[in-house]
Amino acid sequence: MTEELQIIVCIKQVPDPHYLSKITIDPVTKTIRREGIPAVMNPLDRNALEEALRIKEQLGGRVVAISMGPPQAERVCRDALAMGVDEAILLSDRVLAGSDTLATAYALSMAIKKLGSFDIVFCGNETVDGSTAQVPPQLAEFLKVPHITRVRKILSINRNELIVERTIEYGYMKLRVKLPAVIAVTKEINEPRLPTVSAILKCYRKEIKKWTVSDIGVNPRQVGLEGSPTRVIDVFSPEVKRKRKIFEGTTDEAVEWIIEKLHEAGII
Amino acid sequence: MPKEWKGIMTFTEQRFGQIEEVSLELLGGARTLAEKTGGDVSTFLIGHNIKNLAKELIAYGADKVFVADHPSLTYYQSDACTKIFTNLIHEQKPDIVLIGATSIGMDLAPRVAAKLQTGLSAHVVKLEIGPDGILRQIVPGFGGNVMAVVTCPEKRPQMATVRPGILKKIAKDESRQGEIIELDVKISEEELKAKTLEMKIEPPPELPIEKAEIVIAGGWGICDKECFNMLKELAKLLGGAVGGTRPVLDEDLIKEDQMIGQSGKIIAPKVYIGFGISGEMHHVVGILDSDTIIAINIDSKAPIFDFVDYGVIGDAKEILPRLIKKLKEKLERKQC
Ligand SMILES: Cc1cc2nc3c(=O)[nH]c(=O)nc-3n(C[C@H](O)[C@H](O)[C@H](O)COP(=O)(O)OP(=O)(O)OC[C@H]3O[C@@H](n4cnc5c(N)ncnc54)[C@H](O)[C@@H]3O)c2cc1C
Repeated sequence: MTEELQIIVCIKQVPDPHYLSKITIDPVTKTIRREGIPAVMNPLDRNALEEALRIKEQLGGRVVAISMGPPQAERVCRDALAMGVDEAILLSDRVLAGSDTLATAYALSMAIKKLGSFDIVFCGNETVDGSTAQVPPQLAEFLKVPHITRVRKILSINRNELIVERTIEYGYMKLRVKLPAVIAVTKEINEPRLPTVSAILKCYRKEIKKWTVSDIGVNPRQVGLEGSPTRVIDVFSPEVKRKRKIFEGTTDEAVEWIIEKLHEAGII
Repeated sequence: MPKEWKGIMTFTEQRFGQIEEVSLELLGGARTLAEKTGGDVSTFLIGHNIKNLAKELIAYGADKVFVADHPSLTYYQSDACTKIFTNLIHEQKPDIVLIGATSIGMDLAPRVAAKLQTGLSAHVVKLEIGPDGILRQIVPGFGGNVMAVVTCPEKRPQMATVRPGILKKIAKDESRQGEIIELDVKISEEELKAKTLEMKIEPPPELPIEKAEIVIAGGWGICDKECFNMLKELAKLLGGAVGGTRPVLDEDLIKEDQMIGQSGKIIAPKVYIGFGISGEMHHVVGILDSDTIIAINIDSKAPIFDFVDYGVIGDAKEILPRLIKKLKEKLERKQC
């Protein structure tokens, strides 16, 4: 184990969640139309960064952000630098396009291995685009370390272990994990900081490291479409088959109408 | 000759000795798929002092139940569970593996799939067998605005986590016959690198929304205490439960377990009534399976009106108290 605490945060650029309803599918070409939709950092990844930075502030150490994505994802690396990470790395390569969660986790694991030893890898529990929540446990498997998903609170931390709470349906679990580990966080864990103006200005002076698959020893056949066991064979917009009867009138008329409909539905 | 990948295996999740509803649904769904694929429906049951549950799983459709019972497994332990489940899959070679998309299932499934180096799709909302005999998994993406059909053509098994409430369990049949196989489980404390120390249930004070036949939901348009008290009163009158959107959760008017949508609960009640809800896809994906959708919104252009059976353009704050009053009168009259 190295002297300093080494914390890695995986971040991803995603379509701005406020615009997700504007995403449509071209019914002919079956491509996803996202023109005019801004790209931002996945919201939960900000929580992951925040938690990493807080630990660094408490115990010292180094925080490195890694993003895998197209060249434009440099933007989220800048954002991470503005929040205060020591280093940001963009893993970008054409052969990575079309990677499913397994291939993505493999590529990220190779980038992390390239960095040397680490104590904690933080991830947002899921992203707003695919929202599979699969990458963190799969990444942990490639790194051969334990993982905990849905972490809502870190109760204690030392160089060897973390004690955390993870949310489950109607309750929570308390866990102890030996480091190194992959920790996937939820929104409850913290309130991410906003970068200061001076930090934003300074982040442009820092260099973002750019890696391709050959820099990290990734087998190109294990990533991209070829390296992904899953295939998307069709995409479509969910269809809505509803009666769509709309009523406009006085309050009393509306109330009568609703009661009539509840009656028809067999409720009253 | 190496064994061929055949049949369907499900993961049975139990908490404190109670089988999760979704696990019974998986068995029902697996039975339907097995009519096309052939092969057994088997299930993996893990925990401590849980052998008695195996018969119930058979009654709900399992042909074989593999039981891993060990004192270290009182709570879900990701490392041990991953290892035992992966070994079982290696040995039994099921063609399809289904897991409930719960907080535990979503923790386990990706790790198992990575160990097996196979494909996994998340939060599946529909499963069917294609003409080529391959499992087609319908998955929502981009907050439910896009649906994708995902397959895993080459690697085996084909794995999916399935949203609770999607598949239908079959009627319990105590006379069904099946085989119970106890696995030889050895666990050393050393192996439990991420160890669950305790599990606490904070039971919902009211009827959980995913179990309610009627769900009364409130959004930002009626985001105040008074209105939410009225929602509760209405829910009580109709025998339903109260739910809501993300913004009202942020205002603490509902609990996490009452939020409906992509990051909350997926519900399929007989009737959903939404007050002051705009109808963002994030929310709407959680209500699409409702039999009847009713919404009240002041804005005739609110997207929710694209998803309703019955929509009322009007002020929810005015309609709510009148609706409660009228319903009370009606229900009282009925009782006389
Ligand atoms: C990653 C991500 C995940 C999310 N997951 C979820 C989720 O699971 N569930 C969820 O709900 N949201 C989720 N959201 C938030 C979601 O995008 C919407 O912001 C949210 O659903 C909107 O809630 P709302 O309809 O209550 O509020 P608004 O969109 O603000 O709508 C309020 C509506 O009330 C109407 N109104 C105002 N006054 C009145 C009145 N007096 N009478 C009648 N109508 C009135 C307005 O016309 C408006 O249509 C998520 C967001 C993100 C980014």
